[in-house]
This record gives sequence, structure tokens and C-alpha cells, in this order.
Amino acid sequence: MSMYGTDKRHHTLTVLVENKSGVLARVASLFSRRGYNIFSLAVAPSDNPKFSRITIVVDVESAPLDQIMKQLDKLIPVVSIRELDPADARERELLLATVEAGPDTRGQVIQLVGVFEGKIVDVGPAHLSVMLAGAPSKLDDFEDLIRGYGIVEMQRTGRVALPMLDRVDHRGQPATGTADTTEKAG
Amino acid sequence: MELTGAQALIKSLEMQHVEVMFGLPGGAILPVYDPILDSSIRHILVRHEQGAGHMAQGYAQVTGRPGVAIVTSGPGATNVVTPLADAYMDSTPLVVITGQVATTSIGTDAFQESDITGITMGITKHNWLITDAADIPRIVSEAFHVATTGRPGPVLIDIPKDIAQSTMEWYWPSPGDLDLPGYRPVTEGDPALIREAAELLLTAERPVIYAGGGILKARAADALRELAERTGIPVVTTLMARGCFPDSHPLCLGMPGMHGNYTAVTAMQKSDLLIALGSRFDDRVTGRVNAFAPEAKIIHVDIDPAEHHKVRRADVAIAGDCRLVIEELLMALESLGLSHSDATRGGSGGTPSDAVAGATAAAGSVAAGFPREGLAPWRSELSAWQKRFPLVYDQQPGAGPLKPQFVVEQLRDRTPEDTIVASGVGQHQMFASQYWQFDHPYTWVNSGGLGTMGFAVPSAIGAKVGRPDKMVWAVDGDGCFQMTAQELVTASSERIPVKIAILNNAYLGMVRQWQEMFYEERYSEVYLSPDLPDYVGWAEAMGCVGIRVESSDDVGAAIDKANSVDDRPVVIDFRTDAFEKVYPMVAAGASNDDIMVDPSQVGGNPA
Ligand SMILES: Cc1ncc(C[n+]2csc(CCOP(=O)(O)OP(=O)(O)O)c2C)c(N)n1
Ligand SMILES: [Mg+2]
Repeated sequence: MSMYGTDKRHHTLTVLVENKSGVLARVASLFSRRGYNIFSLAVAPSDNPKFSRITIVVDVESAPLDQIMKQLDKLIPVVSIRELDPADARERELLLATVEAGPDTRGQVIQLVGVFEGKIVDVGPAHLSVMLAGAPSKLDDFEDLIRGYGIVEMQRTGRVALPMLDRVDHRGQPATGTADTTEKAG
Repeated sequence: MELTGAQALIKSLEMQHVEVMFGLPGGAILPVYDPILDSSIRHILVRHEQGAGHMAQGYAQVTGRPGVAIVTSGPGATNVVTPLADAYMDSTPLVVITGQVATTSIGTDAFQESDITGITMGITKHNWLITDAADIPRIVSEAFHVATTGRPGPVLIDIPKDIAQSTMEWYWPSPGDLDLPGYRPVTEGDPALIREAAELLLTAERPVIYAGGGILKARAADALRELAERTGIPVVTTLMARGCFPDSHPLCLGMPGMHGNYTAVTAMQKSDLLIALGSRFDDRVTGRVNAFAPEAKIIHVDIDPAEHHKVRRADVAIAGDCRLVIEELLMALESLGLSHSDATRGGSGGTPSDAVAGATAAAGSVAAGFPREGLAPWRSELSAWQKRFPLVYDQQPGAGPLKPQFVVEQLRDRTPEDTIVASGVGQHQMFASQYWQFDHPYTWVNSGGLGTMGFAVPSAIGAKVGRPDKMVWAVDGDGCFQMTAQELVTASSERIPVKIAILNNAYLGMVRQWQEMFYEERYSEVYLSPDLPDYVGWAEAMGCVGIRVESSDDVGAAIDKANSVDDRPVVIDFRTDAFEKVYPMVAAGASNDDIMVDPSQVGGNPA
């Protein structure tokens, strides 16, 4: 099982919220109050300045997905929620790590970063800082392999996601398997 | 027209047709209190802000209009946290206005600063911190809209002192100006699901309507009655729904749940179809969830889709307003062949309840004479249970201990039938709910979901303010009374003639009952004393009439005397039997199959 939510009991919710102060606190408070587990959470402005997008990876074993979505939907500043099944979504995440890279292992670390198509973003006498963007499962694999060299510090952003495009009809409609909430709770 | 933020706030409340608010001023809210002097809105000065919140709840529960409370920052604001949590649990529409320190001081731990929007995030439907006086009319409009539509609930508006003092150009928003892009409550149910529900309704053999507080919120009592009478399906009314269907109706089974009557509890257990209307499968109703109504299919109508499948998976889950959905359901039933003429309005077969002392005055029998002949065996089974397991107690005349149930029955029989009853939380609450005969909606004011001791006195005051035309009695416990009794000073000074019956058993009785039954009679911190405080002296000191009753012989006269007082509150200190227990009872965590009836009814085979 991955620590970062790449297995089946994790679902990705992309939540469009009003860009008002306290919105993130409301979402976080709802999750903690109702005992829902968050695996990762990413917030960023959307293409409309009135709204932000929160991408939440939830553990659907802590509560049924249906409940999590409906309770979230009851928050007044939550405008819409879309559930992305990992199988039908393009998910990406960014990893930054500072790793031990003394003279003996430096070459191997650089090679590993190269294999994963990552980048070296900083160089010190005994350390390298590396960056890797990609599917969360790829980041998991990279992390497992790089750990052997010694991770000094690591940060992952949590994932963002878009629905997969339909291969037949390229009108940009959401592919099957995505669910838009249709009704709002009172 | 240029107004200060404070003036704009009060004017906005006037625009919302607020007629009364309950509150207490302080530093941060001072600017808002000045225009109150010039306003048409009545302000009732409470003695503790918790009282303001519960009064607003009582007002809202009996009128259906949102209750308004106004308090200062810091301790004033934190004192309304309990009423907000209570209103959130019971879906009561409230608008609470709190003062806040100036925006320039927020975050500095200024005097009487508290993060009240943060504190109340999880116990309000929504809350707002105003940061610009120009937003006031819009935010007030949004607040009332959110509080009263969809699933109603409490909202809070936090107004910093400098915002109240700054100026704005007055306007009044039209509905389209509200900025609530994420708020679209559903109202009408899905016709396909309603048809599915109608089909289930017509084929079930042991159906029960499980009516909850949502019926009252949706003002659906008439629609519910029509549904019950047209289908002949019996109705249970939860603690939150008492009065939404008349207790005297032959199809009424009364209250289910932990202290519900045997028939209501068992009817649900044995049912093959539960029609949950505005009810939410609360643990106090279901008992152990995985043993609850094991054979029942579930139709669940609720305006809040998050209630569907939360506790119990529904076979047909309809999101919508209860009144609209029931009306649509009736039309669907008609199109499926259940015609109007099948209905026997009012029910012909209900035998009048025999007024045997000690027996409940609930419905006589679940009568024949209703449509759906196929339900006759079910209704006769229910009648048999009602006969075998009525609510019972044993009031010996004269010197025997005064039974709390006897007091409630006397109150019921000696007051107008549409009297509003408020209660606290404990044994007295259960006795009130069990033994009162609720024949009208909006006559029961109660803290159901949160179970807040001290709710009765202030909520009764708020109810009387909302319905001055009705008699309002609070049935309170001695423990509860001591938590909020100071509001009787408010009632005396405002000439609000509420009446309080303290069922004074000298104990935190409900807790004592649990310790007796489940902790081997090890009584830990539950004794209160019958005469400390001196309730009559205390009542008189607060400007009320105080009466003490120790014998069952004096109950009637005391109630009659209280009913004749109309210029001040009355408190009756009924010294009741300390060892009376509430039955029936389903122990916490037990299955409803293991309902414990009154010991006098044990023996024989209940099924
Ligand atoms: C604020 C609060 N504190 C504690 C409780 C737990 N509690 C539930 S019932 C009860 C006893 C109430 O005593 P009293 O008002 O005398 O009523 P009785 O049960 O004796 O009728 C207590 C302590 C509660 N419900 N609310
Ligand atoms: Mg007591």
C-alpha cells in the first residue's frame, strides 16, 4: 500500500469553492469533525478569480464516498464537486527532495533522476536537490528507490487531476466514470 | 442615504420583518445597540446569552420564523455556542449576531476577542465575518435565506466594531443580488422515485410511517395526515415530531425510540416498510443499528441528501421538501389506483381512549375502517400490543409519593388542548413527551439532538413571545431549572407569563436511573436535594408566583391557580417520587427487540 494514496480506497475529489476567506478551514474542519481521512490536499486559484479549486484525495474506508461528497456539498461556499476515479483521470504530483549524494553515490543518484526524467534543481558538496513531476505512483516508485541513498528532506505537493479525454469524441466532455454532483444539499 | 454599519444592520433586520430579538449588549456590539432605540424591533434583555439563544429557538420552533439573538464579542459570543449547537442538531432557523473587536485588532488577542466564526464553523449552517459595511444588507439577506431554506439551521453574523461605526450607502438587495453560487437547495422530489415509493406503499403488509421533525419544518402536517388516512398506514412521531400527527388519531402509534412506547418501537422493528419522512435514523430511535427493523425496506424522504444512506441504506431515497414530496406521492398513489373514495376521512373505528388513571390517553386502537383491507391484520396486531403494553404508572392517592407522570397527565387535562409545552432534558422530558397528548403541530418545544439541560425555561419564554395567544407551560427538571432559571427575571420584567412545572425529584434523575440500572445502584454525584434551593422562595425573588405541591391531592388546584395568573410567570415546585424510572426503555447499544417494559408488565409472551 502506498502512503500517498495511489491504491483503490483512495478517490480524488476536485472541488470548486468560492474564493472567500476561511473556505479551506471549513473544508478541513468538516473532514476532521466527521472523521474523514484526507491523504492529500492541493489548493490553487482556478481560471475564474471568483473561485478556487481544491483537489482532495480521500480515504473512502473512513466513510463512504457518497457521504463525504454530500457533506462537502452542504458547505455553502462549495460550488461543485467532481469525483475522479483514478482509472479515468490524469493525475499529477510534484516531488522535491534533498538527498545524500556524496562522491560515492552522486553518479547513481543522478542516473536515477535521469531514468525517472526528473531534474536536479540544486547542488551542494554532499547533497543534491531533485525534482520530479508525474503520476503519483511514479513518484512513489522514485521515492522508494531514492530512499536507499538517504533522504534529508522531502516534500510532495499532493495531486491535482483532470478527467481523461474521450478517445473517440474530442469535444472535451468529461469521460465516463466521472461524476458531477447534480443537486445541492439544503 | 448614508447609514452607519450599525444602522444598516438594524434596518436590514427590519427589512427581514424581524419583530423581536433576544440579547444583551457589551463593548464590541455597543454601536449596534444605539439604533435599536429607534427601531420597531422589540429587544428582550436576557440575563445570560445562552438564554437569548434558547429563547430565539423557542420562538422559531413555534412560529416557523427565524429566531434572532444579538450578543457582544468574546464571552457574549461563546455563551451562545450551546444554543447554536442545539439549533444545528434540531435544524432550527436562527440568526445570531455577535459583536467583534475592530478589524484592526483581530488576531491580536484583543480584549474580548474570540474567533467565533472559527468556533462555530461546525455548529452553524454557515457564518459570516463582515469586513465592509457595504456588505451588510447583502450578508443579512443571505443569512436569512440560508437559515430558512433547504434544511433550516442556525447562522451567525460577526460584526467588528469599526465596521458597525463606518458608513455605507444604503441599498436593499434583490434576490438576484445574493452571492451564494454554491447554495441550491432541492425542493421537489424525483417523480420516478416517487412512483417507486408509491408502489412499495401499496404492496407492503406491515408499513409504518416514521415521521420526523422535517414534517414540521416543511409544514407538512396536513399532507402527512392525508397520506396516512388515504393509505391506512400507521404513524410514529419521533421526539422531534411530536404534534405533527395527532396523538388522538386512531392511526397514531406515538413516540418510538429509547423511551418510546412498546407499540411504536415494536411496530418499526417488525415492519416490512418504513416510510421515513423528515427523520434521520437517530441512534435514540434505532437502538443498535444493525438490529434495527431488519425486515424493513426503507423509503427515505429528506431535504438534506446527506441524510440518505448515512445510518441506514434506503431502498428509495428521495431528496426533497416533505410537503411537496408527500403531495406528489399522493398524486402518484391516485394514478396507481388508490382513489379518493377509498379514504375514510378521520377514521371511523377509533375507540375513544379510556381515561383510566395510570393508562395513557394515546390512541385507543389502530382501527379498521381505513382503506387497504390488506393492512387489517397488521392494524389488529398493533392494537393488541397497544392493549397489552400501554404506558403505566401507579399513583396511590393521598400520602403516597407524587408520581411525575400523574403531574404531566393533570397538566395535560387541565390546560387548553393547544397549550405549548417546552421541556428540559431528562426523565421529565420523556414523561412530558410520553404522557402529553399532542394534537397540534408546533406545540412541543424541545432539545432533541443535543439534549441541552436548561433549555426549558428560556425556550418557553421565547415560545410565549412568539405565540402570546397560547398558554405556554414548561415541564422542567430540578437539575435543568437550576441551569437557566435566571431567565425568569427576564420574563417577569418583560411580563411574559410563562408557567413552569418543576418535576422536583431531588436528583439528576435520568442519570440516577442509569446508575440504578447499569451501575449496580452506585449513585455517583446525582443527588441535588429537594429544598436547596428553596424553589418557591427563588421564584418569588424573581418576580414569579411560587407554589409548592407535595401531595397528589393538591396537584389539580395548583395547576388551576397557575392557569389563572396572566401577568407574571408561575413556578410550581412539584415534589415528585425520586425513584420513579422511565419505561419502556431500550438500553444504550441494545437492540430495539430487547425493549424493557414496566416491571408490572413483564411475564407472558410479549410477541
Ligand atoms: C448541559 C447538560 N449537562 C449534562 C447533561 C446530562 N444529563 C442528561 S439528563 C440529566 C439529568 C437532568 O436532571 P433533571 O433536570 O433534574 O431532570 P430529571 O432527569 O431528574 O427529570 C443530565 C445530567 C445534559 N443532558 N445536558
Ligand atoms: Mg431531577
